[in-house]
Amino acid sequence: MATIIILIVFGLFLAAILTGGYNKKYLERVQQNWLWEWITTVDHKKIGVLYLTAGGFFFTVGGLEALLIRLQLMFPDNRFIVGDQYNQLMSMHGTTMIFLVALPLLFGLMNVIVPLQIGARDVAFPFLNSLGFWLYFSGGLLLNLSWLFGGAPDAGWTSYATLALNEFSPGPGVNYYVLGLQIAGIGTLISGINFLVTIINMRAPGMSYLRMPLFTWTTFVTSALILFAFPPLTAGLFMMMFERLFDTNFFTTHGGGNVTIWQHIFWIFGHPEVYILVLPAFGVFSEVISTFSRKRLFGYNSMVFAVVLIGFLGFMVWVHHMFTVGLGPVANTIFAVATMAIAVPTGIKVFNWLATMWGGSLRFTTAMLYAAGFIVMFVIGGVTGVMLGVVPADWQFHDTYFVVAHFHYVIIGGTLLGILAGVYYWWPKIFGRMLSEKWGRWNFWFFYPGVHLTFFPQHFLGLYGMPRRVFTYPSGYGLELNNLLSSLGTILMTIGLLFFLYNAVWSLTKGPRAESDPWDGRTLEWAISSPPPEYNFAQLPKIRSLDPWWAEKREGNRGMQPAEPLGPIHMPSSTYLPFVMAIGFFISGIGFVFHSVRVGVLGLLIVIVTLFIRSFQEDEGFHIHPEEEVKGT
Amino acid sequence: MMKQKWRIGAGWVLLLAVIIQAGCGHPSQSVLDPAGPAGRSQLGLIYLSTGIMTLVVIVVAAIYIYVVYRFRERPGEEEIPEQVEGSRKLEVLWTVIPIILLVILAVPTISATFTLNKKPEPEQSMRVNVVGFQYWWGFEYPDLGVQTANEVHIPTGTQVDFQMTSGDVIHAFWAPSLGGKQDLNPGIQNRLVLEADRPGVYEGRCTELCGASHALMNFRVIAHPPEEFEEWVASMRNPSSQPQTPLASEGKKLVSQNCIGCHAIDGAGFEIKGRTGPNLTAFGKRTRIAGVWENNKENLEAWLKDPQVVKPGNRMPAFDHLSKKEISALVEYLSDLK
Repeated sequence: MATIIILIVFGLFLAAILTGGYNKKYLERVQQNWLWEWITTVDHKKIGVLYLTAGGFFFTVGGLEALLIRLQLMFPDNRFIVGDQYNQLMSMHGTTMIFLVALPLLFGLMNVIVPLQIGARDVAFPFLNSLGFWLYFSGGLLLNLSWLFGGAPDAGWTSYATLALNEFSPGPGVNYYVLGLQIAGIGTLISGINFLVTIINMRAPGMSYLRMPLFTWTTFVTSALILFAFPPLTAGLFMMMFERLFDTNFFTTHGGGNVTIWQHIFWIFGHPEVYILVLPAFGVFSEVISTFSRKRLFGYNSMVFAVVLIGFLGFMVWVHHMFTVGLGPVANTIFAVATMAIAVPTGIKVFNWLATMWGGSLRFTTAMLYAAGFIVMFVIGGVTGVMLGVVPADWQFHDTYFVVAHFHYVIIGGTLLGILAGVYYWWPKIFGRMLSEKWGRWNFWFFYPGVHLTFFPQHFLGLYGMPRRVFTYPSGYGLELNNLLSSLGTILMTIGLLFFLYNAVWSLTKGPRAESDPWDGRTLEWAISSPPPEYNFAQLPKIRSLDPWWAEKREGNRGMQPAEPLGPIHMPSSTYLPFVMAIGFFISGIGFVFHSVRVGVLGLLIVIVTLFIRSFQEDEGFHIHPEEEVKGT
Repeated sequence: MMKQKWRIGAGWVLLLAVIIQAGCGHPSQSVLDPAGPAGRSQLGLIYLSTGIMTLVVIVVAAIYIYVVYRFRERPGEEEIPEQVEGSRKLEVLWTVIPIILLVILAVPTISATFTLNKKPEPEQSMRVNVVGFQYWWGFEYPDLGVQTANEVHIPTGTQVDFQMTSGDVIHAFWAPSLGGKQDLNPGIQNRLVLEADRPGVYEGRCTELCGASHALMNFRVIAHPPEEFEEWVASMRNPSSQPQTPLASEGKKLVSQNCIGCHAIDGAGFEIKGRTGPNLTAFGKRTRIAGVWENNKENLEAWLKDPQVVKPGNRMPAFDHLSKKEISALVEYLSDLK
C-alpha cells in the first residue's frame, strides 16, 4: 500500500517535470497535448488505430517469444532455454497471441470499418468503446509485467488445474494470468456487446440484415459468440483466482474438487474463441475476394447462413479438446460427430469463395495475395481439424506437434492472414495513405512460404512421437530435420514481417495520399473520403441494395443518395474516465497478484468513483455543422 | 536354485538381444510403426482420414489453380465480369458431397471408439496400476505383487489393463507404437488397454504439460514373450538386493541413511519403504536413469551429485555433500541391484 502511494506521488512529480510544472495553465496545456487526445478519444476510428497499435506491440512481444522457442528447439538436446523458463515463454506466447494479438487486431479493423460499412456515425456506446480498449490494454500490460516482477505464468495458455494451483505453481506467475485475462476479458465482453448493439440499431436506412456486407455479418456473429463465450471464462478465472488467493477447493482433489471442471469451463469458452478469431477473418476475405475479383460474392445468403451455423455449432464441440480425459465413448463420439459437422458449413464457404473468383477478373494486389494464400492454408488446417475429430486417431494426435501444426495452420492461415489482408485492404481508408504494393509483395513472398516451412513439418513431428510443450527432444528418433526446417521457417516469417513494418513506416511518412475509393470497392466505406471525417457521413446514405456503393457507381452516381437533409451532427465528447477506470483495474490487479487485498480494494474504489462520476455527469456532447464545412471546401 | 538363476540369466541375454535387434539405434516411438492392435486400428483410421482429406485437398487445389490461372486480369481488360448471384444446384452439391464423405469417416470412428473402450475380460488380461508423479512413473502389478518405476514390463499377446491416476498434477500416458494416450487425473481412475504383439522396447512420453521437466518425463514399455515375462516376474519377486562387495555394503548403509525416506528397495531388508520417489528394486537392470540418461556408473554418479541439471524442477535433492568415495559406494550398491 505504502509503495503504491509513493509510486503515485513519484508519478505526479515526474508528470510535472516532463510537462513544465503545475500552474494555472497546466490543465489547458495537457488537454492540447496529442497524447491526451488519444487517451480521451471516443472516435471509433481512432480507437481502432489504438487497437491496431497495441495489438502490433503485443504481436512483436509474442513473436519474439516464438523466435526464442524455435531457437531452443532448433537442435536436439539443446540447453539454451530449459525447464520453467521455456514453460514461461511457451505459455506467454500462446496467451499473448490469442488474447492480446489476434482478437484486438480484429477489433481494430472492426472498430474502424463496421460503422462505416453500415452507414453509422459511430458505435452505439462510444464511452464503452474507449473503456473496452483501455481495459484490454491494461490487462495486457499487467500480464506482461510478469516478466519483470516475479516470473511469467508457466502452466500453458490453457492453465490446467492442478498444475496452475498454488501447490504446483507457487509465486505470482499464474496470478498474472488470471487477473490480466480477467481485466482484458471484461474489455472484450464490453466491446462485443457494443458491436452487437451497433449493428442491430445503427444501420443506415435501407440496410436490412441481408444487405449487410459479410465483414459486418461476421462481426455480428463473432460479437454474439463473445457474449456467450466470455462469461464462462470470467467464471472460470474467478474460480481459479479464489483457489489461488483465498484457498477455495473447486479443483483440488483432496478438498473435494474436480480437476476436469476447469477443463470443461475453459473449453466451453475456448472453442467458441477459435471461431471468434476466425469468423471476422472470413469476413475480411469475403470482402477482399469479391472486390478484387470484381464480382458480387457468390451465394451471399448461404455464406451468411454458413457463418451463423458455424457460430452455433462452435458451442457444441468443446469436448474434442478433451478426448483423452476419459469421459467415455458416448460423450466422445457425440462430440466427434458434431466436430465433423462443422466441416460442412466451412466447406460451403470455401467453395463459394472459389465460385466468386470463377469468371471474375482477378487483380492480385497484396490483400488479394493474402486472401488467395488463405484458401490453400485454411483448407489444409481444416482437413487436419476433421482428422483430429476422429476420436481414436485423436488419441494419437492429441497434445503432440500434429495439434500444434493444425492450430497454427488455422490461426495463422485464418486469423493472421485475414488481419494482414484486412490491413492491406483498408489501410488507405484508415490512414489516408497508400501502402507500397512492391514491399507488400516482398512481405507476402517471405512470410507466406515461411509459415508453411515452419508448420508443415510439425505434422510429421507429431506422428514421430514428439509431444507439444516440450523444451527438448532426444536425437535419433527422426525429429532433427523437421525441427530444423521448422526453426528456419520462422526466420523467413520474421523477414516478411520486417518488410511489413518498413512498408507501414514508409507509407505513414512518405506514402502517396489515398483516394476515397482506391480499389474500386463495393461497400459503403469506399463512398466517403480517406480518411473519413470525424462524423463519417455528412448525410446518412440511403441503401438500395447489397454492395450499395458498387450499385450507385454502376448507375453512374458519384456519391450515395442521402437519406436525410444536411444538418447539425450530434457527436459524443471526449472523456478521460475510461482511462482512469482502467488504471483503477490495473492497480487492483497488481494488488491481487501479490495477495494484497487492501491494494486490490483501493483499485476497485477508483473504479467505483469513476462509475459514480460517470453516472452523474451531465455531458450532452457537441454538434458539428457539416454544411459549413462542405461550403468551406 | 542354481538352475533357476541360470535361466534368468539366459532370459536377460535373450532380452538384450531383442533390445539390440529392435533398436538398431533406438526403440520405437512412432505412430507410423504400430506394434499392437490399438495402434494398428488407430493408424488405420489415420490413413483412412488422411486419404479422404487428401482427396478433398486435391479437388479444391485443382479448382483453385484453374481459377487463379484462368481468371487473372489480363492487361487492357476493362470489361466488368457478370455479377452472378449464386446457384442453388451448386450449393446443394457442395453441401451433400462433404456430408457423404463425413459419414464414411464417422461410421468407423464411432465403431472403433467403442471397440477400443471395451473392458477386457479379467481372466485374459493383466492389471497394471500406473501412478504419475512429477516427473516419474510408478508401476504396480497388483495381482503379481511386483512394483517398479519408469520401465513397465509386459508379456506379448496379452491385453494389459492399465489403470491410471495421478499423484499430483495431470499427466498423460502415451506409448505411440502401442496405441493412443490417456490422461492421468488426480482423484480419478482411468483405463487404457494396450497389447504388444511382438517383443521389443517401446518409448513412452508424458503428453500433458506437468511442470518444468515435462519434456523429460519418459518411460519405456518392454514387451517380452510370455515365458520370458514369467522369468522377469520371478526375478522381481525375489530380487537380489543384498550387497555383494564390501564397497556395496558401505553403499547399502548410505542408502539407509540418505535414500530410503523416499525410495523403496524390495528384498533389501529396509524397514521403511519410501513412496515419494521411484521404487528402486532391481535398479541395475533398468535401461535408463530417471527415464532420461543411459544407466551406467558415470551417469548415475553425475545424477546423484546434481539431479537438477538432468531434470530441472524434480524433487530429488543433490547429494553433493557426500564424499567421492561415498558416492561411488552408493553407485556400486545401486548398480548391483538386479
